[in-house]
Amino acid sequence: MTPEPNQGQPKARLSLGQAAFVVARRDFHAILFSRAFLFFLLGPVFMIVIATISGSLGNRISQEAINPEVGVAMSAPDTAAMLAAHEKLATELGGSMPPMSAVADAGDPGFDPRAVLEQRRGNYAAIVTGTLAEPVLTGPKDQLPYFSGRVALVAAAASGKAPVEFPSVATQTVSTSAANERTGQVLTAQLGQMLLFLLTMLLAGMVLSNLVEEKANKIIEILAAAIPMDAVFFGKLFAMLGVSLVGIGVWGSVGGALMLLAGQSLPVVPTPAVGWPAFLALGVVYFGMAYLLLGSLFLSIGSMAATVREVQTLSMPVTMLQLAVFFFASYAMSQPGSAVEWGAVIFPFSSPFAMLARAAQQAGLAQHLVAIVWQGLSVTLLVRAGGRMFRKRVMKSGNAGGQVKRRWWNRRTAEAA
Amino acid sequence: MNMALGDQAFTRNGSGQLAIEARGLVKRFDGTLAVDGVDISVPEGAIYGILGPNGAGKTTTLRMLLGIIDPDEGSRRVFGHDRPHDIARLIGYLPEERGLYPSMKAIEAIAFMGALRGLPLAEGRRRGMELLEKHNLAHAAERQIRQLSKGMAQNVQLLGTLVHRPRLVVLDEPFSGLDAINQGKLERTIRTLAEEGATVIFSTHVIHHAERLCEGVAIIAGGKVPYAGSVDAARDRIPAQVRLETRAREGGWLAALPADARREGDFFYFSLPEGGIEPMLRALIEGEAGILSLSIERAGLHDAFVAIAGEAAARALGEESEAEMRR
Repeated sequence: MTPEPNQGQPKARLSLGQAAFVVARRDFHAILFSRAFLFFLLGPVFMIVIATISGSLGNRISQEAINPEVGVAMSAPDTAAMLAAHEKLATELGGSMPPMSAVADAGDPGFDPRAVLEQRRGNYAAIVTGTLAEPVLTGPKDQLPYFSGRVALVAAAASGKAPVEFPSVATQTVSTSAANERTGQVLTAQLGQMLLFLLTMLLAGMVLSNLVEEKANKIIEILAAAIPMDAVFFGKLFAMLGVSLVGIGVWGSVGGALMLLAGQSLPVVPTPAVGWPAFLALGVVYFGMAYLLLGSLFLSIGSMAATVREVQTLSMPVTMLQLAVFFFASYAMSQPGSAVEWGAVIFPFSSPFAMLARAAQQAGLAQHLVAIVWQGLSVTLLVRAGGRMFRKRVMKSGNAGGQVKRRWWNRRTAEAA
Repeated sequence: MNMALGDQAFTRNGSGQLAIEARGLVKRFDGTLAVDGVDISVPEGAIYGILGPNGAGKTTTLRMLLGIIDPDEGSRRVFGHDRPHDIARLIGYLPEERGLYPSMKAIEAIAFMGALRGLPLAEGRRRGMELLEKHNLAHAAERQIRQLSKGMAQNVQLLGTLVHRPRLVVLDEPFSGLDAINQGKLERTIRTLAEEGATVIFSTHVIHHAERLCEGVAIIAGGKVPYAGSVDAARDRIPAQVRLETRAREGGWLAALPADARREGDFFYFSLPEGGIEPMLRALIEGEAGILSLSIERAGLHDAFVAIAGEAAARALGEESEAEMRR
């Protein structure tokens, strides 16, 4: 051993960033070449299963969120007859009949249904003009076949001819409509949220496993003695973020290759309100924030636990919390501008999900800047609180927690064991 | 605050520079007092022992000194700094609970521990290899920690503690789990470190190591420090022990023996009288006791510990030492 005092060296400690980098570099390499990373790469398979299971919920949210209407812009008596017939048929036919309402400015001279749809006034998927005998349906090309039969039925009922004779419905197309666009954007928001949720769930679980490993290997005291716990936490969080970006790169490459192979047969996801480049950039940022928030919570809770068993026990309610946050954000998405949606935007853990949904549905980037700053602040506070709790609660005895009093959440488990 | 006896008396080479200075450290866990007013002063370049049975508060004290946990009361300064993390590069720490990443190679583990203290990875690998070669462990450099024996892994961790060449080396129960040969090697390593200018602090419940190595010790019992100072001063707190062998079994000369004298077989044992041995010897000769042998032995650190920390602490210590020896 030849220890020569480190005199004359410029600094006697690493900065927070440098210390976090040392931890992150170690963790990044360790995870990248571990079996855990292989499971992470297999994540999309798990994702598809979850997506299938939660599909029904998504559909319901989608229906509540979109609720597209057919506008009626005929003469006043015809419109009244159409709405009365619709009401009667809707009672008898239930969900198969789309909602129908009178277009407010239908009586204006120069009224143009195309303009109403293209300017996205109201929530109309299509607009009926003309007369009861010769209705004209204006709407997006892909939706006209769906609505035309139903409009014919309502018109026939309104003119008292149903079910023997149906008028033929003339159609004219517009490029899009408000309802059509919202439908697409809600779909984009749903997909974005789902991806975000599954990725963060996988990653936060991996961070927790990493902390469990650290506790099992008794490394944590070496780290805590050399660098601040904040640096340990940040290092671990960013290592996992780095790993996830590698994973996303792999998935992206595979996905891209599949799309090239499949050509145009793959479905096209509707364009989000902020546009694809901004949406993708925000998606990456919100993914990072969602993961950092959840990961720091996991680390904080993991650090409170004195034993590996306690960490595992505590991970269950946190996973439930993750699910709750996801469903909260999904539900909030269906009520834009409501108190619930604002709650989801402000609550740090649901904020990335809610804001990604906003990016899909609302134009404008300023609100995202504010949200990102808020989420970043929350991450910092959580990490600092976690570090403080760790120093206060974990390093209690020479047995590195082995002698500490069991806390309520683990008493039963310990007794059972 | 529990003022440590003899604390101010212990300085090394009269330099007066302190590597560690702690005053009135108090730590409670869930309302239980773990450390109760610890005062410790460790001069630079010293080998200093923290003695006490398990649960006495040694590890908690070390963790407070290193900034791993903060004291509830009191203050600590390491090389004059209030926050030990600010001078992390100058400190090496081997915790009681040994820990390394099982999948890491030995050389990488050493370099990583150096990196935590600010040593560039490449330099850590270079120095790590030097250390492994010096300790005849070069063959283990590329092996994963999980493939090493427990003793080898402990050595690797010790080398990781020293790779950045710290000025202060803190070792928590470093001899625990080592066989006699490796304990001897570790003692040599500690001496070498001190010779090269480093300050070494280690905790132990096996007094012999401290007695052989340390210039100063702090005895911790029940979270308090009843003694902190030089080993010599600790030993001097106990009178030397006299062993006397006489030809005569009875006689008037018996009255010249001190009150605490006890007979065991052919020998009498008693503490060296305060007035010295000469008056008593004169009385024995005049009383024709027939002195066959007489020896005066200075009290050991263990005896001092027994006297200072109390019987109960010593009993606990004895049990742990025996268990350690058996292991």
